Amino acid sequence: MPARSFNPAIAALREQIAAMEGESAAARGALPFGVPELDRRLPGGGLALGCLHEVAGGGNGAVDGAAASCFAAGIAARLPGQVLWCVTQADLFAPGLEQAGLGPDRVIYVEAGDDVSVLACMEEGLRHGGLGAVVADVARLSMTASRRLHLAAKGSGTTGIALRRWRRQQEAYDFGLPTAAMTRWRISVLPSAPLPVPGLGRARWLIELIRARAGESLDIELEACDGTGHLGHPAALADRPAQAVGA
Amino acid sequence: MPVSKAQAMVPGLQVLPHNPQADAASLERLALWVLQRVSPIVAVDPPDGMVIDSTGADHLHGGEDALLETLIGRLVMSGVTARAAIADTWGAAHALARHVAAPMHVAEPGTAEALLSPLPLSALRLPPATLASLRTLGFVCIGDLLHQPRAPLTRRFGPDLCRRLDQALGHASEPIEPLRPSELVEVRRAFAEPIAAAETIARYIGKLVVQLCAALEERGLGARRLDLLCWRVDAHVQTVRVGLAKPQRDPQLLTRLLCEKIETISPGFGIEILSLTAVMAEPLESRQVASSLLEAPAPDLSGLVDVLANRVGARGVYRMAPVASDVPERSVIRVAPLSDPVGAGWPDHWPRPTRLLPRPELIETLALLPDHPPVWIAWRGIRRKVARADGPERVFGEWWKRDAEMIAVRDYFRIEDEAGERYWVFRAGDGENSETGSHRWFLHGVFG
Repeated sequence: MPARSFNPAIAALREQIAAMEGESAAARGALPFGVPELDRRLPGGGLALGCLHEVAGGGNGAVDGAAASCFAAGIAARLPGQVLWCVTQADLFAPGLEQAGLGPDRVIYVEAGDDVSVLACMEEGLRHGGLGAVVADVARLSMTASRRLHLAAKGSGTTGIALRRWRRQQEAYDFGLPTAAMTRWRISVLPSAPLPVPGLGRARWLIELIRARAGESLDIELEACDGTGHLGHPAALADRPAQAVGA
Repeated sequence: MPVSKAQAMVPGLQVLPHNPQADAASLERLALWVLQRVSPIVAVDPPDGMVIDSTGADHLHGGEDALLETLIGRLVMSGVTARAAIADTWGAAHALARHVAAPMHVAEPGTAEALLSPLPLSALRLPPATLASLRTLGFVCIGDLLHQPRAPLTRRFGPDLCRRLDQALGHASEPIEPLRPSELVEVRRAFAEPIAAAETIARYIGKLVVQLCAALEERGLGARRLDLLCWRVDAHVQTVRVGLAKPQRDPQLLTRLLCEKIETISPGFGIEILSLTAVMAEPLESRQVASSLLEAPAPDLSGLVDVLANRVGARGVYRMAPVASDVPERSVIRVAPLSDPVGAGWPDHWPRPTRLLPRPELIETLALLPDHPPVWIAWRGIRRKVARADGPERVFGEWWKRDAEMIAVRDYFRIEDEAGERYWVFRAGDGENSETGSHRWFLHGVFG
């Protein structure tokens, strides 16, 4: 993909639109993923801070939310400060999160009874402003609720991640409905790279950026978070330029 | 029985003079302890009892059974053997605790009459003279009295007998005057006209909190637990309890926490007295904060934690800390959200799933024994062919915890199906010796 060409007229228009929307995201900055293909497509060069983002799992991941929570943990791990994780069912396994870079000292879990109180707790966390990130496992996220969360996130500069997770896979159609989130991601698991010996290689994900405000969508195949929360290039892709040079 | 006779029967008997004042004082101390931990309305029921209004407090402890169990367990640990019962009325609970509970009993609502009928008359809290004459008349248990005409009974024994019966069955009210030791910081406000609107309650909560904070500041204390008691015109008491992670006396925060609970107060015909008590208070001195020009101070999360804990319950807000155990479900423990950081995490030589099922789920598999991963698994009705696998990781039972785990073994495998879904499965048993486990397969976690 060619690098985005700089056009002063377009930049001025963008500024005007941002002023109209009251967005101060540009001032807050963005968290780069460290993967140029991904960062180049995101406005601001990374995941906008102080905004609401939506992450869901694809296929079975819509129910178990394992890959999506790993992805969210990786983002939260790279933000400074404590992380508030609101859940309805307490099935997160802290050693697994630690392997995505989010150590046990940094996460405060809130176990709320239902979706409504999860959203209320998430908003409370976003409004507080002293947290690095707030993650919440939610099934239904209406436009109104997401707008509230997004405004709360913008007000305090805390990044919010709504981890969409449903009871049944059929309910995941909900993910198509519009929300106020800045970006919307779907993380699906892919078979890991074959190893020369029996065993399992590093997990691989198909990361789909379904929607990005003022950005373009894309899908990319990447390796799962390492111990510091960074995504990796699959070996084949990383080797490709070298092979091309060799050939 | 005279002392000399008792000493003759039991050699080496230790005799102490009876000291009713000391007994009463120690009972009061115990009641204060219960007040701080269990419920906002606790009263001493001399000579040997305590009455607790558990309405609105039981769910904080996980239900009535759990409440009694924890209470009795904690009393046993501090050297007090106790029996406890929960019933609709003070009278019924009093009788059940003394005559039925072994050591605890929770009566279903509306069963007081059936439960009390077979109990002896002494369960009714009557003076000994009345009991003796009732016995002379041939009344043995409460059931005998229930169907007697009331008028002759009242004429003979006075109004007390029928009042006690009515109180036990819930026909007459019996308010509990809550224990309020003088060392507790309490502020209250009585209203000439009963109040009921949420806004009015909120306004007066705000005023009370300011007074309470001033009183706390005078003593250099901060509240850890607050009780708001609302006396209604019909003599019912509505309670609101708020817990704090750290001692606090910030009026704004305390008002906010209390006002969030207003919707749980049912004002009925109106509230005539509001009283606010800091049942648990800890020293909180003002201290100087060292400021640094370079780094921002760590944000104070105690306010947020308090708000969340009062919304979802104190058990619902926690952090995870590592425990030195290889058994996955035992390797994490919940700790208080603001406890000191533990620093170290888990040893990470082996990948761990992000989602761990609450309990391992039985799956069907086909696997070669003793140490091969499954060829396919069937979980929740879906059959998956295993494309790649890694393992086994052997976890031994913790024989120092339970005898049954002496030689128990779990062999964990990481498997990946053809679509890329990664699961954590284990076989109970080592695949050779049937005593090490059932050799059935379970799915325990999902990898991201």
